[in-house]
Amino acid sequence: MEEFKKIKIGWFSYSCCEDNTVVMTEVLNNHWQEWKKIFDFRHVRVLKKNNIFDEFDIAFIEGAVASEKQEAEIKDIRSRSKKLVTVGSCAVIGIPAGNRNNFTEEQHANIDFLVMKFGAFPKVKRVSEVVKVDVEIPGCPMSPENFLEKVNLLVAEFKQHA
Amino acid sequence: MHSFDLSMEHITKIEGNASLKLKVEDGKVTDIKFATDEYKRFFTEAMKGKDLVAIPQHLARICGTCSNSHIMCSIEASENALDIKPTEQTKLLRTLVMNGLMIRDHALHLYLFSMPDIFNKDAFLDFDESDPYQHQLLHDGFEVKSAGNFLATLIAGRSVHATYPVIGGFLKFPDEAGIAEAIQKLQNVRSGVLRLIEVFKNAPFHFDRKTKYIALVPENSFGYIQGVIGASDGQKIEEKDFRDHLEKTVIPYSQAVGYTYEGEGYMVGALARINLAKDKLHPKTKESASEVLNLFPSTDIFYNNLAQAIETLHCVDESIDILSNNKFTPEPLIKAEAKSGAVGIGVIEAPRGTLYHKIIIGEDGKVSGGEVIVPTGQNQINIERDVAVLVQNLLDQSNSAEAQLDKDKIVFEIEKLIRAYDPCMSCAAHFLKVEWL
Repeated sequence: MEEFKKIKIGWFSYSCCEDNTVVMTEVLNNHWQEWKKIFDFRHVRVLKKNNIFDEFDIAFIEGAVASEKQEAEIKDIRSRSKKLVTVGSCAVIGIPAGNRNNFTEEQHANIDFLVMKFGAFPKVKRVSEVVKVDVEIPGCPMSPENFLEKVNLLVAEFKQHA
Repeated sequence: MHSFDLSMEHITKIEGNASLKLKVEDGKVTDIKFATDEYKRFFTEAMKGKDLVAIPQHLARICGTCSNSHIMCSIEASENALDIKPTEQTKLLRTLVMNGLMIRDHALHLYLFSMPDIFNKDAFLDFDESDPYQHQLLHDGFEVKSAGNFLATLIAGRSVHATYPVIGGFLKFPDEAGIAEAIQKLQNVRSGVLRLIEVFKNAPFHFDRKTKYIALVPENSFGYIQGVIGASDGQKIEEKDFRDHLEKTVIPYSQAVGYTYEGEGYMVGALARINLAKDKLHPKTKESASEVLNLFPSTDIFYNNLAQAIETLHCVDESIDILSNNKFTPEPLIKAEAKSGAVGIGVIEAPRGTLYHKIIIGEDGKVSGGEVIVPTGQNQINIERDVAVLVQNLLDQSNSAEAQLDKDKIVFEIEKLIRAYDPCMSCAAHFLKVEWL
């Protein structure tokens, strides 16, 4: 029987508080031994230094899209990934990272010079506005149970097609 | 003599996105820029017009890693604005919330971020399970993290963006079965935490750095919520007066803002806390860590890791003590109306250092403004200066030995030092209004 090829994982954070990254590292507490066997953590900056940016079976995107640079990166990740999964509210609905989308004129007057100075979009976008998303895991943060359920479904799918 | 530009776009194994640009000309560091690449999310501007009751959960979203400390700081600021005095039980539960956060957060930093450097590994998951010592540390790491996560979830509802602690008290209280399980888990990891202390006591990295240290120093037992702001120069600052002593410093190339104290950079975090208040640690911690505590006060930045490990032991010991010796019963929330013009200030110790929240109530009873000062903003100036000194030292050694300069070594040394500070770039990039010109 052919050995199961490890599933290549990418984990990328954009405009957000990285709460889903913390949840993922907590889920790791009970699943690290199993995940070490089935996942190739190819590009997960929170876990390792030498990250490889080539191709991914599953790319997880956390955070909203705040700039052209981020949009271009996410499109690039999409082109390298068989499945793209958004995790957390900022990625799925663009909020709360996109607080400023709902600001009053007075509030905009206080912040717009900073938005422009750092080359951010006038309006923050959710990930599905810039690329096709295969699976969405909402929540602020995502629930560990929902995350595990979706990950297990994807693993089963990859194992079936291995 | 060496001349080169070094650009590190993404520093790994820290919280959030940080970058570093360095210029070396004729063997001298001539320019350095340590910056956060996180885009501003304007949380303090977004406070305006909200009901006070919504502010703790709103400000928690500044940072996932430190979220529960933002909640606790914001609750303190809100209660000060409302003149609410929490009950003794609420104070104990809040202590447990902070202890759960510290155990989980310090363990994440020490095991997953910093320990691989000591063992020359790319990642914590790369530790060799056939090596008994590394195998033990791997299991320790996830069990300690898990115990902190369990404590935080039991007391606060979640370890990230906690749901039970609110202005005036708690929405839910721990049950006996949960308390018993938490005590068991904490007791089980204590020996692992002692091994953790040994690892960082024996770590071969050192960087001596004279600076001032600032932390909230409790009156009685070591902790993260109550006390007076203390500095290593002996000055004591009341929480309400904090703004008179910290000066904002614009860092034009970063989306974060730096701070100075009395005109100089300073350090906050576990090293500052242990330097200033090690005598107030839990008695069991002092007994078990007596030898290593003799290393403090210290000016070795890498001992920030060791100080975090000692704090982890304190949080385990104190939590077992509190959970074993108290009964928790449901209490109603203390409520009060927000008065126009009221100002509340909260100061607590987040895992990475002193955190300040200021909340102002407007004429309509809604929040009209506020300010948030985070630990990494306070450490940023020292981090940048220290990296410059570190690289200059490496260049001087390389020049004198006429050895080939290894850029990978420089990058590794820089990352190690930055990790020792345990920066949180998500926090650093929250909105602070800056006058650029």
